[in-house]
Amino acid sequence: MNSENTDFELEPGLRVRPIENGTVIDHINAGQALNVLHILKLPGQFESVVSVLINSPSKYGKKDVVKIENRELKVKELDKISLIAPSATINIIRDFKVLKKNRVKIPEYVEGVVQCVNPNCISNSSEPITSKFRVYEEDNIINLRCIYCERIISEDIADHLLRE
Amino acid sequence: MYFKDMHILSMKDFSKEMIDHILETAEKLEPIAVMKERSDMLAGKVLAVLFFEPSTRTRMSFETAMLRLGGAVLSMGSVDASSIAKGETLADTIRVVQSYADTIVLRHPKEGAARMASEFSQVPVINAGDGAGHHPTQTLLDLYTIKRESKLEGVRIALAGDLKYGRTVHSLCYALAHYGADITLVSPDGLRMPYEIIKDLEARGMKVRQTDSIDEAITEVDVLYVTRIQKERFPDPAEYLRVASSLQITPELLENAKSHLKIMHPLPRVNEIDPLVDNTSHACYFKQAFYGVPVRMALLALVMGGME
Repeated sequence: MNSENTDFELEPGLRVRPIENGTVIDHINAGQALNVLHILKLPGQFESVVSVLINSPSKYGKKDVVKIENRELKVKELDKISLIAPSATINIIRDFKVLKKNRVKIPEYVEGVVQCVNPNCISNSSEPITSKFRVYEEDNIINLRCIYCERIISEDIADHLLRE
Repeated sequence: MYFKDMHILSMKDFSKEMIDHILETAEKLEPIAVMKERSDMLAGKVLAVLFFEPSTRTRMSFETAMLRLGGAVLSMGSVDASSIAKGETLADTIRVVQSYADTIVLRHPKEGAARMASEFSQVPVINAGDGAGHHPTQTLLDLYTIKRESKLEGVRIALAGDLKYGRTVHSLCYALAHYGADITLVSPDGLRMPYEIIKDLEARGMKVRQTDSIDEAITEVDVLYVTRIQKERFPDPAEYLRVASSLQITPELLENAKSHLKIMHPLPRVNEIDPLVDNTSHACYFKQAFYGVPVRMALLALVMGGME
């Protein structure tokens, strides 16, 4: 069995059990798990178990982990979490085994995830549009440039997630 | 070059070749703009003019441009008298108006409004200013003025005034980068051009100098572009007066300028330029306002297929 589905279960004091089928999002920046769920709109109408581990000890300090049972999320759908968790890995689990393991990729565009910081941007009005950003990396920093007003967000992206 | 049905939203969407083509087209249309020739190039076409903010020059020069080319103008009138007052979204207004007109000219207080409008319109949208955002037709007419009254390639230009908030000035600088311009920025401490923009311009091979002395800058340049300093940027009215008077253009100041220096200003001016300068050979700002007509004629002709 691949360790991605088990590593934190094997530590002293079992916290979250391995899942049989579904998706494990591992190596989320510590403290960002709830924001990851928010971006993915989980649990929403989804009825299966979603387990969240926050500040779990790991080789590189602390991390968060999210386990979603009985649902294989599409990698493309998950790429948008790279905005707040650029080192996250996505593990698709079948029969307790890791079928696929991918690192999230920074998408070229994100839509409906982040709110523009410019209060005078047309995307912050009652118009029937959702926020859209072009995403690019510069000096290892993720930048979001609003498609409409071109304002750039490069810090504290999690603070600007769209809340419904 | 194919401009038909293209939206005109931001100078960033234009290559040097595209800018040159627009300016060359404007030059061809200038005899029509001054009534030396007549044209019905856009006969049967309708231009919708949607201005959600007050404007004199931009609005009237677009209307004149369309009329000079034989087209018709459809105006929304004041916002208070339109369905916007009833709470209609801009998206709905655009969806309706695009079925009445062949091109829409839009000025709106929200940044990004023109880009959004282009998503809802089957006909070209021309951005005539979106809040503190883009105003590409102003930049194009500024470039045209420099081309006609001075020279574009390698022009030595000083930009004076509020260089921090004036995005028209930023947009002009980016456009001038295509022409290898040598730029001197003249502004008081609190109104300097943002560092990222200067860095960006230098990365594009431009020479950029900064100073707070207009006397020093004026001796070396071919063009002086003056912008308005807004009183509200200064918490202390005395400080505003001090800064505004230190950058005022007077006939005495111009004694040290090159004889071919041209002074530009997007207008309206308040007291940045002494009216005594108006009658000197340096004054170019009223001509600049006129050049808005041939440049907008060129854009209308190109996006509506009157010319290629």
